[in-house]
Amino acid sequence: MSHPVARRATARAVARRVTLIGWLLLVPALAAYIAFVVWPLILGVQYSFYDWNGVGAATWVGFDNYLKVFADQALLGSILNAFVLIAFFTIIPVGVGLALATLIRSLRSGWFSSLSQTVLFLPQIIPLAAAGIAWAWMYAQTGTVNQVLGWIGLGFLARPWLADYGTALAAVGLIGSWVLTGLCTVLLLTGIGKIDTSLYEAIRLDGAGWWREFFTITLPGLRQEIAVLVTITVIAALSSFDIIYTSTQGGPGRATMVPGLLIYRIGFTQSDVGQASAFGIVLMLLVLAVVLPIQRLSRAADR
Amino acid sequence: MRTSRTELLLGRTLLVVALVLTVLPLLSMLSAALQPADRNPTGLSWPSDPQWINFVTAFQVGHVWQLMGSSALIVLGVVPASLLFATLAGYALGGLRVRGGRAVLVFLVLGLTIPFEALIIPLYYQAQAMGTLNTQWAIVFPLIGLFMPFSVFWMRAHFVNVPVELSEAARVDGASIWQEFRRIQLPLATPALSALAILLFLWTWNQFLLPVVLVANPLDRTVAGALTFFQGQYYSSIPLLNAGALIIITPAIVVFLIFQRQFIKALLQGAVKG
Repeated sequence: MSHPVARRATARAVARRVTLIGWLLLVPALAAYIAFVVWPLILGVQYSFYDWNGVGAATWVGFDNYLKVFADQALLGSILNAFVLIAFFTIIPVGVGLALATLIRSLRSGWFSSLSQTVLFLPQIIPLAAAGIAWAWMYAQTGTVNQVLGWIGLGFLARPWLADYGTALAAVGLIGSWVLTGLCTVLLLTGIGKIDTSLYEAIRLDGAGWWREFFTITLPGLRQEIAVLVTITVIAALSSFDIIYTSTQGGPGRATMVPGLLIYRIGFTQSDVGQASAFGIVLMLLVLAVVLPIQRLSRAADR
Repeated sequence: MRTSRTELLLGRTLLVVALVLTVLPLLSMLSAALQPADRNPTGLSWPSDPQWINFVTAFQVGHVWQLMGSSALIVLGVVPASLLFATLAGYALGGLRVRGGRAVLVFLVLGLTIPFEALIIPLYYQAQAMGTLNTQWAIVFPLIGLFMPFSVFWMRAHFVNVPVELSEAARVDGASIWQEFRRIQLPLATPALSALAILLFLWTWNQFLLPVVLVANPLDRTVAGALTFFQGQYYSSIPLLNAGALIIITPAIVVFLIFQRQFIKALLQGAVKG
């Protein structure tokens, strides 16, 4: 047996070696992250203080680009649109998801429930850009939506939904609902599966109906899942790009313009790199401002 | 347990409605794709003379082989490197519990909330400076970095749950850190790794913003990024556009149907961890 002091010295040497190796293992991941996330972020902040067309000389303009975000109708309008989209990307999918998940649970039949999950999940697998294309055709004057309206006697409502100022934003929003409802349903279903079944048996014995069962057992049991889904879907709404790009390009007029598409336009079509960068930073802060309180709320609810 | 008959019937009906609404856009694409290429299709209808040839035309005009090749190249660039880096880092943070690891984790987690749109302008000028603009590398490098917070988070969550006794036993037996990692930790991490691989494949394959901005030639993009090219190419023919889009989404759907259990599990866990 070695001397205790010597052994302690060896242990310390081993610990130091583990720390060293650990940090070496972290190097590739941190390098990739710093090079392609942190460094671009720093560059973005730097650009946001300049008036720069991307090629010529850059002029320092201080906070001008940020002030313009709040003075420019187009920029503000796109932010408002993004918040409207939250209704369609978050409230509808989570709401419908809750309803569907409760329905599927009450079925308890093996094959129909797993078939439902697979089918509902499909929109989550295809590229968002393809969802935009599929729905652009659904909404066309001669498309399926108007055809179905005709079948059920509502033909007088028919219109080119994406070209109509009054309906375009809601129509685009519903594409988001279509994509996200399946993810919400299946995650909530998994959540319901974790709830103790004896709770359900007990409340049924008490003679409770569907509604009371839902509000006293299912909903409280799913708090965590709902918080996760709201976070994901809110980020998807605020940073939507793919669907809008392939379905409406932000039109008609600016009816469906969103921050992501506007950053792309200002930065690459109008070559106003400083303004586009400032808008990018504002978008990032906006996402943080909306997402962090949700996280905090869900954590507080856990306690 | 009893569920009333009307409740059951109502439930099934609503569910069937939801399923129909989910597949309707895909069916409507198929119906449009099978109508004559030179005519404006109308709604959902099974054509009397389905034009399967539209798929062949769309495949050729859309240079789909070249696109699939480009996408495969990008996936092969992103996924293995991301898996390797994330496994090493995840082991350091979750297994070795390196001193200062908490700070690293917080630093990485901040990256989870940054929307890609907020970084796209600087990424463009960075690619220009690196000389990778308009090559697949312009997509590969940033995606590795952008996926890193999630990937490390995911692998750390796995390694944190591996009992410490395992590595202690290995060390008593005289294994070095490297041997322990290779022989014990990696085999145990296989399920976590394959789930992460599925997610990274899907996110890379479906990536749209980066290819559209960073690669001018649509044929050097991911298939999803090339959909804009399809829209330009088939501008005058809705049937061909739909046929092209269906060809693009089919591989992902086929892979999904084969691995659906793993897919759904991975995406759900991903949602919870992200």
